[in-house]
Amino acid sequence: MERVPVLKLGDVLLVSIQFDLEDEVALALQADLADKIVASGARGVLVDISGLEIVDSFIGRVFADIAATASVLDAETVVVGMRPAVAITLVDLGLSLGSVRTALNVEKGLRILRRDLGLRAAEDLDAISSGASAPDATG
Amino acid sequence: MAKKAGGNSVVAVVRDRRDEVLDGWVEGALRGARGRVSEAEVRSELSTLYDALVKGLVGDELPDATAAELDEARALLTELSRTRARAGATPAETAVSVFALKEAALSAVGEQPTAEQYADFLEFSRLVDDLGLVTFQAYAEARESVIASQADELLELSTPVVKLWDGVVAVPLVGTLDSARTQVVMEKLLEALLETESERAIIDITGVPAVDTQVAQHLLKTIVAARLMGADCIISGIRPQIAQTIVGLGIEFGDIVTKAKLSDALKLTLAEAGLDIVPRRGADA
Amino acid sequence: MTTTVPGAPPAEELPIAADRDVVRVRQAMRTFAIAAELSLVEQTKAVTAASELARNTLVHGGGGTVTLEVVSDGRRRGVRATFTDWGAGIADVEQALVDGWSTGTGLGLGLSGSRRLVDAFDIDTVPGKGTTVSMTKWAR
Repeated sequence: MERVPVLKLGDVLLVSIQFDLEDEVALALQADLADKIVASGARGVLVDISGLEIVDSFIGRVFADIAATASVLDAETVVVGMRPAVAITLVDLGLSLGSVRTALNVEKGLRILRRDLGLRAAEDLDAISSGASAPDATG
Repeated sequence: MAKKAGGNSVVAVVRDRRDEVLDGWVEGALRGARGRVSEAEVRSELSTLYDALVKGLVGDELPDATAAELDEARALLTELSRTRARAGATPAETAVSVFALKEAALSAVGEQPTAEQYADFLEFSRLVDDLGLVTFQAYAEARESVIASQADELLELSTPVVKLWDGVVAVPLVGTLDSARTQVVMEKLLEALLETESERAIIDITGVPAVDTQVAQHLLKTIVAARLMGADCIISGIRPQIAQTIVGLGIEFGDIVTKAKLSDALKLTLAEAGLDIVPRRGADA
Repeated sequence: MTTTVPGAPPAEELPIAADRDVVRVRQAMRTFAIAAELSLVEQTKAVTAASELARNTLVHGGGGTVTLEVVSDGRRRGVRATFTDWGAGIADVEQALVDGWSTGTGLGLGLSGSRRLVDAFDIDTVPGKGTTVSMTKWAR
């Protein structure tokens, strides 16, 4: 069974979903994230769904559960990159993602996490892309 | 259709005396075409149609206009109708061109047709009438599709989404909002938010004369969808009458911010984005 | 009334027996929706509805099949999916169509939600025998 890879970026776990999710794969992701949040002490989870063409009620529920589980484990979740067609469909479907935070893209999602939790993930990302050494941790 | 021993005599004439009947048909059709089409073109169109028609008239019984044997003939008629329509002909003109076959066929039967031949002609005539109606149908459908695509274009043109500032887009809505239009607006706005990476949108309805429950619901849906994507919207341009209508209809905007003036919406949006507009130092000192 | 559509792919029947079949149904529906010339948003709605109904067939119907086809009403094209299972059937259809109702896990939006996404929606169910759900989405 394919598994969705989970990357660690400082204090943030980054999940990028690039393919159509089977129900079992989504549930496996949910379990993986819970394990990894505990194992890594991550304070933030960023789920990039810009590659998803379809979000139905099951997948939507999984995202809501991921956020709820993360919250119990003292981590904040942001779902980013929802496509317009998906957003319009979810509204018609009547699905609410509850209190799950959302952002237009990864950059804005990381900004939210950094602001809310004072995390280092954003600086790490900048450092990686600019080739400079990692800056000191900020408050 | 009545079955007769030996088949329909008029059909036999049409089958056996092709050149004669075709000439008569072309002549009659040209009269009706009023110079819109050249003779060469008419002859070419009608001879193809003639042959397709004859192919469908093989049996002893005269087929129905909708029969499978006449599929090819009908397809050609539809094409003929479209071509003529594009050349500016009315559907009546095109139909009359088709009807001209009747006179051509009757002439070929002879100077003094017998009663039996007249009966056969009536049958044949009914078939040609039905085929002429096919051209009307095709014309109507072609016009409808032109109107539909023009309506689509108009829809596209009348819903611009403009970038007001970094991270702020605006949709000035003008005119009545129906279901189709509001959907287009919704889609364009959401695409624009993603493309420009804007987290804020101002939907201005100053130019919308009336807001009913459906329109309000569509606006609300748009805003919920934007929020799902990680952006938010303000509605501005709510005129006093519209405000009263909204209250009267019991529509609740919940936590969606609404402003009467676009300028207030802009001010609020910029402030939320962390921007202040201050007069230049030294001005009016 | 629907007529056969020239140039469109022929109707296709797919089994729904496992998790991965739900994904296959989504992909097949996408192909048919594109052939029916649906806009991107319409495609997304059709595929999402098909996903919901396919899952229902699997989870509540014990598995079944779906038939996908491009349809036409003379003026425009559309896509139709007919889901069939031989499971327990739905005892109270009205209740099942109420948002949030569900016998199993899940948000219970499968039926009511997908109905909102499509233009035509029919349920034919016999408790103890099975259920057939058909959905149609037209291009604008």
